[in-house]
Amino acid sequence: MAEPGLKPNTYRSGPDETGHFGMFGGRFVAETLMPNILELEAAYKAAKEDPEFHAELASLATHYAGRPSPLYYAERLTEHLREAAPAGRGAKVYFKRDELNHTGSHKINNCLGQILLARKMGKSRIIAETGAGQHGVASATVAARFGLPCTVYMGKTDTERQKPNVFRMRLLGAEVKPVTAGAGTLKDAMNEALRDWVTNVEDTYYIIGTAAGPHPYPELVRDFQSVIGREAKEQLQEMEGRLPDALVACLGGGSNAIGLFHPFLDDESVKIYGVEAGGHGLEVENGHAASLNGGRPGVLHGNRTYLLQDGDGQILEGHSISAGLDYPGIGPEHAFLKDSGRVTYVSATDREALDAFQLCTRLEGIIPALEPAHALAEVIKLAPRMDRDQIIVMNMCGRGDKDIFAVAGHLGMDI
Amino acid sequence: MSADASSGRIARRFAAVRNELRPALVTFVTAGDPDLATSEKILAALPGAGADIIELGMPFSDPMADGPAIQAAGLRALKAGQTLRKTLAMVRRFREIDADTPIVLMGYYNPIYQYGSEKFVADACDAGVDGLIVVDLPPEEDEELCIPALKGGLNFIRLATPTTDDRRLPKVLQNTSGFVYYVSINGITGSAAPDSTRVAEAVDRIKAHTELPVAVGFGVRTREQAGAIGRTADGVVVGSAIVQAVAASLDEDGKATQNTVSAVTALVGELAEGVRLSRQMAAE
Repeated sequence: MAEPGLKPNTYRSGPDETGHFGMFGGRFVAETLMPNILELEAAYKAAKEDPEFHAELASLATHYAGRPSPLYYAERLTEHLREAAPAGRGAKVYFKRDELNHTGSHKINNCLGQILLARKMGKSRIIAETGAGQHGVASATVAARFGLPCTVYMGKTDTERQKPNVFRMRLLGAEVKPVTAGAGTLKDAMNEALRDWVTNVEDTYYIIGTAAGPHPYPELVRDFQSVIGREAKEQLQEMEGRLPDALVACLGGGSNAIGLFHPFLDDESVKIYGVEAGGHGLEVENGHAASLNGGRPGVLHGNRTYLLQDGDGQILEGHSISAGLDYPGIGPEHAFLKDSGRVTYVSATDREALDAFQLCTRLEGIIPALEPAHALAEVIKLAPRMDRDQIIVMNMCGRGDKDIFAVAGHLGMDI
Repeated sequence: MSADASSGRIARRFAAVRNELRPALVTFVTAGDPDLATSEKILAALPGAGADIIELGMPFSDPMADGPAIQAAGLRALKAGQTLRKTLAMVRRFREIDADTPIVLMGYYNPIYQYGSEKFVADACDAGVDGLIVVDLPPEEDEELCIPALKGGLNFIRLATPTTDDRRLPKVLQNTSGFVYYVSINGITGSAAPDSTRVAEAVDRIKAHTELPVAVGFGVRTREQAGAIGRTADGVVVGSAIVQAVAASLDEDGKATQNTVSAVTALVGELAEGVRLSRQMAAE
């Protein structure tokens, strides 16, 4: 999206006309889908220029999803981290509270935008893939809100670790189809959703849940999620009168992260950290889901990006305690931002995420989802290294209600 | 090096079957399914059973456009240790016993991208491959592999589908060579059977845009269907049904049995009969 006021050396000009962010992105799909991808691109171009589309989306965001989400100063966490920090260190930690959105995560931002596009395009059926179930719930929610039938593909393994979300989707009227192929996780669900779309291309709209897939998905998902960063910028300006010094967000496919990061990419003073799922540790073969730190460029699900893969180009499953992060790829814009050096990508292990999950719950009275618990783990490392007058904004992109059973299991508790 | 794309084995084979007043039977098998040794035997037996052109599937962990049968075949092959290098070696050994039957490698881009597109084209030509079908490379991504393949002397065969309208068709055909593969239904491989009247209309529509032969696939399973599709198409592609014959012949542990190769050749024999009868059926 060419916005007025872009700097000459902007990081925000992508994608180009062919859907590339540098060498990443593109449109690697079967010919059956090409007419649809091109139709979607045209529809999105028109929507971007349409004030009515923006007005309708803004109204739904306010009255249905509950935006703007608060920007919250996590005072007790900040104090706690200062206690162990060297003198004068311990940055102020803010949470962008997207876990307070309707449906409990940032996923609703994207689903509202895409369901409006689907309606504009005259599509009568919605499909979606889901990992942790947050995107599935958000898709089922908007489909219910607009009276469209919805089918959600979910890996069988994930349906078992995220039972509450499966039930929520069914209550919302969606059909949840467990996928048994592969390891039965997010990538397999995405394959199956693509197969459905190839088969029902005429009437079906595919709401992709993350800023990945063929062009224009990475662009439009980013644009719909960028409300996170735009709000955070405005809110911090109001509260502190300045920009943050650091941003932190977790990455599975990377939609909450790009949503927070994108409005700040050209603010050079802001350091940006994306946190991947380190699973059992990056040194454990196929024991993590850190595509950027432990993978290499390849082509999957319609785009070129960093992928977990073997020497023959076969895709690996990856592992994370979090069902929302164990995707073997990553949005192509993150791949570009890694190679350009603008964003620093780190990882947090299952153990670190679990510790952060418990710390946040006790200190702040906020039960985070396991996904942003990875971001919290990085904040715990980062804040004590920064000065006291510096500010970190972390995206609390989802709430942890869905994870309590899994966490109890990991902590050896019976509930 | 293989011959120039426009005068290679594929063009010669289509010309030969045209002289016999029949369509070509294009058979798909997955390389390395259920294991390398059995797969090589199947490959070697296909021409004798009546296959005119062979599509050899390069297994991929995430075959987004394939149905359950071909997905399962790919997984069997990967589990048995198949790699792209081994697939190319299979073709090289096949060429020692068969100099004429065209071989088209079919699959997804990532394994080729990891191998290196330029090196892959060179090695594929050298092994005796005639063409490529790469499902997730639409014309928008031609620079990746299509252009290097054409320069290297390989045919680049593209899929056209019911969603490929007259506005889109020229773009799809622009860098296509060898033949056009018409996917007769929207969907994954091995789904519902195609409607032969609608297929005939689609074949006519494509032929209005190109001189290339048009082969039709997706959903063809029986001699009768092969015959019906073959009335208008220049080639009939059969994939899932053959791969299912492999699957049905395996023992409880998924290992090949003495029936595996013959299960494939028996089915291919029937399909070959179907394409030979197709034009007679049309005349009646």
